[in-house]
Amino acid sequence: MLSALLIMAGIAIVLGAALGYASIRFKVEGDPLVEKIDAILPQTQCGQCGYPGCKPYAQAVANGEADINQCPPGGEDGIRALADLLGREFKPLSEEHGVEKPKSVAFIDEQTCIGCTLCIQACPVDAIVGAAKHMHTVVENLCTGCELCVAPCPVDCITMEPVRETVENWKWKYPVVELRKVA
Amino acid sequence: MISRLFKFHGGIKPDSHKSESADFPIRPAPIPPQLVVPLRQNARAIAHCIVEPGERVLKGQRIGKAQGALGTAVHAPTSGTVVEITNRPMAHPSGLDTRCVVIEPDGEDRWIERHPIDPLDTDRAVTLAHLRDAGVVGMGGAAFPSHIKLGDGTGIETLILNGAECEPWITCDDRLMRERAAAILDGAVILCDLIGARRIVVGIEDNKPEAIAAMRAAAEPLEHAIQIVPVPTLYPAGGEKQLIKVLTGIEIAHGRLGSAYGVQCFNVGTGHAVHRAIRAGEPVVSRVVTLTGNVSNPGNFEALIGTPIETLLPLAGPKADTNRYLLGGPMMGFALPDLSVPLVKGTNCVIAASDALFPPPPPELPCIRCTSCARACPADLQPFELYWFSRSHNFGKAQEYHLFDCIECGCCTFVCPSHIPLVDYFRFAKSEIWARERDIQAASEARNRFEFRNFRQEREKAEKAARLAAKAAETKAKIAKEPDAPSADPENSPADAKKALIAAALERAKQQKAAIEPKNTANLSPETQAEIDEIEARRQEQRLPELESTPPGPDEGASEKQEPVR
Ligand code: SF4
Ligand code: SF4
Ligand code: SF4
Ligand code: SF4
Repeated sequence: MLSALLIMAGIAIVLGAALGYASIRFKVEGDPLVEKIDAILPQTQCGQCGYPGCKPYAQAVANGEADINQCPPGGEDGIRALADLLGREFKPLSEEHGVEKPKSVAFIDEQTCIGCTLCIQACPVDAIVGAAKHMHTVVENLCTGCELCVAPCPVDCITMEPVRETVENWKWKYPVVELRKVA
Repeated sequence: MISRLFKFHGGIKPDSHKSESADFPIRPAPIPPQLVVPLRQNARAIAHCIVEPGERVLKGQRIGKAQGALGTAVHAPTSGTVVEITNRPMAHPSGLDTRCVVIEPDGEDRWIERHPIDPLDTDRAVTLAHLRDAGVVGMGGAAFPSHIKLGDGTGIETLILNGAECEPWITCDDRLMRERAAAILDGAVILCDLIGARRIVVGIEDNKPEAIAAMRAAAEPLEHAIQIVPVPTLYPAGGEKQLIKVLTGIEIAHGRLGSAYGVQCFNVGTGHAVHRAIRAGEPVVSRVVTLTGNVSNPGNFEALIGTPIETLLPLAGPKADTNRYLLGGPMMGFALPDLSVPLVKGTNCVIAASDALFPPPPPELPCIRCTSCARACPADLQPFELYWFSRSHNFGKAQEYHLFDCIECGCCTFVCPSHIPLVDYFRFAKSEIWARERDIQAASEARNRFEFRNFRQEREKAEKAARLAAKAAETKAKIAKEPDAPSADPENSPADAKKALIAAALERAKQQKAAIEPKNTANLSPETQAEIDEIEARRQEQRLPELESTPPGPDEGASEKQEPVR
């Protein structure tokens, strides 16, 4: 009996030491969980989740402060991926944070634009080009559709346009399941 | 000589329906009243337009320049006038628009000056560029640029020329081999030399005895090691991996390509196009297309690229009960979304379909897991598992089961007793996965840009702070040097130093103001001066009471009013 206890205790001590050593030896810089969560988020940086960007939201999810269903641009697919990663239950997008919309990009009406540069300052991914007092324009394939440039525009010349379907981004549709005929 | 053939997994034997169209020689299709040449030849690459509306073009003149890694050039199929550069629906299951050059032929069909090259004494890179600029792509359907497939000229042992043409109804390669075998083999020899292969193996399904005979006869006089091998008729023997397996016995692992095993495949049509491009200097401006199905006059036609399908159809005479048209074969093709779409380099067949000829599939029933599909799958996949994962959007799992090795041959759909359109699910799943890849790519780009922007803002802030600090230090140093500075020891009393700075700034401002005093008050005549003085006095009088009532005292108020500097 005593010898069994001693053996078990011995094993526990050895393994504990090994684990302790490993945790120091193989310490990872940065928080891998935050990185993994951030990799799933759409990087729109829109702040709809209630955090100032995707990384802070990832941090909050990792710390258990925020739920996984607060990112509208990520949509259901994003929530599913987060649920998979964190081993949690899938839950629908929380309504107070917004609704999932088709992906859009900002469009500046170049006739109305007064070149105030306010939208440039608002855009988190530098997708708008233009100079002071000159007409501005959005580089379409850099725009993430975060809508952050819409509100600051003093002449309301920015609108969000749904992304046009092209041969490159076209997708096969889910096969329509025909209703079975009752013979 | 190849001693024995191998067998690939699965496969099916649908009715081949070749005889309808195979027995008539290739006929030239007339020049249509209008040609619509898409600048895009496949979903990945689009050529850069180099003509303008109103411009006159000659047959074979380049109208689109190759751009991007997978780009090839696009040419005017006949001489005429460019009338428009506009968006038109393209030959794609989506029926979406793409940029097209619309040409009105002048009927003369006059060639531009053609420059044949001799591949033996031309630099390899120049020859590849010549192929790219002649718009040579895979003519089997995928329209993949041939010069890319030629790689760097090493590591390929065997060049396989694909003349299997396993898909039912299609006979354009059959006719081409019967009629132009020498040209095809010449092209194959050029490709063989460019890719550095040691032998050429031509695989032809054994249901095309005439084509086999013609190719054998053409291969006779050539010095190259060319083998013409009849392969058993079994769909899809013309699939790249399947043909490689049959001819060489090489089993290509999931997710790999033939080139990793020293084998590269080209279609016989591509061989023909290479021959025209090199020996005659003629770019790809036409191709042979099979018109068949529910028509009264089936056959093969040599048509100009850009010919709208609707102007081709009368050549074959579709019967009255035709209700849709398939582009490509019945197994891998798709229903044409719009009859105005133009013929492109990858279009091998148009089939008129009627409900009598192609009855619509009976309704889908649940999968009974009979594994017929797995037994038929030439890619050795488990279609029923893939179906299950695709259906439930479990794309990660579908990828684990090698979804991307599916060649969309349709064998599984063909054999499924439950009539499940399995291929449709696989196409759906593949395009969803591609879309996700694009999203992830875009997200990581956005992340980089966002992080760079933050970094830039920090840097700008730091730079600004540094600039201000440098300026302050400079001013401080200057004041310290000035002997008549108001404070004796600015270094030791920061408050005094600050006061001194402010005083100095005020002094500078005063001087500046004096320097820019309005010019119209200088050099006035005495009368005018007197008048002004009088007015000033009156003004002063009127202002006085009001100033007295303001709390801080008239002096300060007045000085403020008079010195609105800054
Ligand atoms: S809502 Fe989503 S996309 Fe927007 S900042 Fe939050 S995590 Fe990023
Ligand atoms: S352009 Fe507007 S909508 Fe697009 S990323 Fe920039 S701020 Fe967001
Ligand atoms: S053939 Fe059809 S029913 Fe049979 S296992 Fe495959 S999908 Fe299921
Ligand atoms: S379509 Fe794909 S899964 Fe079906 S038999 Fe062909 S290769 Fe196999």
